[in-house]
Amino acid sequence: MIEIHPMVIFFAAIFTNNMILSNFLGMCSFIAVSSEIKTSLNLGQAVTFVLTFTTLLNYFVYHVILVPLGLEYLRYIVFIIVIAAFVQLVEMIIDRYFQTLYYALGIFLPLITVNCAILGVSLFMVIRDYDLFQSLAFGVGSGIGWTLAIVTMAGIRQKIKKAPIPKGLEGPGITLIIIGLMALAFIGFSGIVQIQ
Amino acid sequence: MAGKIKKIFTVGLIKDNPVFRQILGICSALAVTNLMMNSLVMGLGLIFVTAFSELTYSLIRNITPKHIRMMVQTLIISAYVIIVDIFLKAYFPDMSKALGPYVGLIITNCIIMGRCEAYAQFNPPFYSFIDGVAAGTGYAAVLLFIAFFRELLGFGTLFGISILGEGWVSWTLMIMPPGAFFMLGIVIWISHSIFPTEDTKKSSKGGASA
Repeated sequence: MIEIHPMVIFFAAIFTNNMILSNFLGMCSFIAVSSEIKTSLNLGQAVTFVLTFTTLLNYFVYHVILVPLGLEYLRYIVFIIVIAAFVQLVEMIIDRYFQTLYYALGIFLPLITVNCAILGVSLFMVIRDYDLFQSLAFGVGSGIGWTLAIVTMAGIRQKIKKAPIPKGLEGPGITLIIIGLMALAFIGFSGIVQIQ
Repeated sequence: MAGKIKKIFTVGLIKDNPVFRQILGICSALAVTNLMMNSLVMGLGLIFVTAFSELTYSLIRNITPKHIRMMVQTLIISAYVIIVDIFLKAYFPDMSKALGPYVGLIITNCIIMGRCEAYAQFNPPFYSFIDGVAAGTGYAAVLLFIAFFRELLGFGTLFGISILGEGWVSWTLMIMPPGAFFMLGIVIWISHSIFPTEDTKKSSKGGASA
């Protein structure tokens, strides 16, 4: 693995290697929630927050516990437990201390455990052999990229709400076509920087 | 009994097809469909994991406390995914590299948990196993269908064998992400036109909660 500056990874994760538009991760909740800008923004914030911390946690768990013990193959099970436990913990903490935040994010938190983007980022981190700062940049960048995509999507969906759409294409069908067009637009960024 | 098995298969393959009916598990459906071979391996892996997870969960369904069942399901699924991952690494290292993190992401594939929750929780082990095979097959079928067009148009090949000949100019867009979104959108469009649902809105909401 050649050294890549964390800032490069950060921008690449937002634009050229966007979680949704080029890695297809986090689609389930993406299609379901992306109908209103405000809720999308809230979900995006929650995902970014969880993504940042679970990536860090998983980094330490992987490099401090699993690698020295030679248990790398257990990473799937360990990562998913870390993510589920973290989400549960955050839910309890903000429920207790930040009531207003809880009303904004509360219902989204359980959804996040099964968001493939969260597990995907941790797995990419291991496969691409990132160090601590690279992982942090990748986690934050992926979260922001995801938020950008879902908010844009919600904006477009609100605009086309009244547009006449062919019968069979209503709902998920047209959403996928729009994501396709967005992905096409984001390919324009691919000249800037590329990470593998 | 044969009749019941047949019914499970028609429901899993067509009526409740996980991908285009319930819009579940499409993350990996999109990521691996640029080649037929990848889709086939992914499909087989998913059939294996779904079938055995449902079987295992169904065996312990009566002794699992209700409020921790999600965690139990996740652990069962993860265990089988690890088996698939190690198996691929040992016997098909190239394939394991090509699929990258998407093998691990079978864990968060909502199809499996959805089936555990909806079917294995209430049904005996044998039928749960069959249901897992059916749902997995429905998923694999859609994967192969999408991959067929993407590989054919994108590379002019099928399973790496040249079909359209030398003169074919590869349609690179098809193997890039937008091609995947357009293909899946079109597949959903076709399936909704051929088998109209009473309430399309309802099915998309079902996907949201899973």
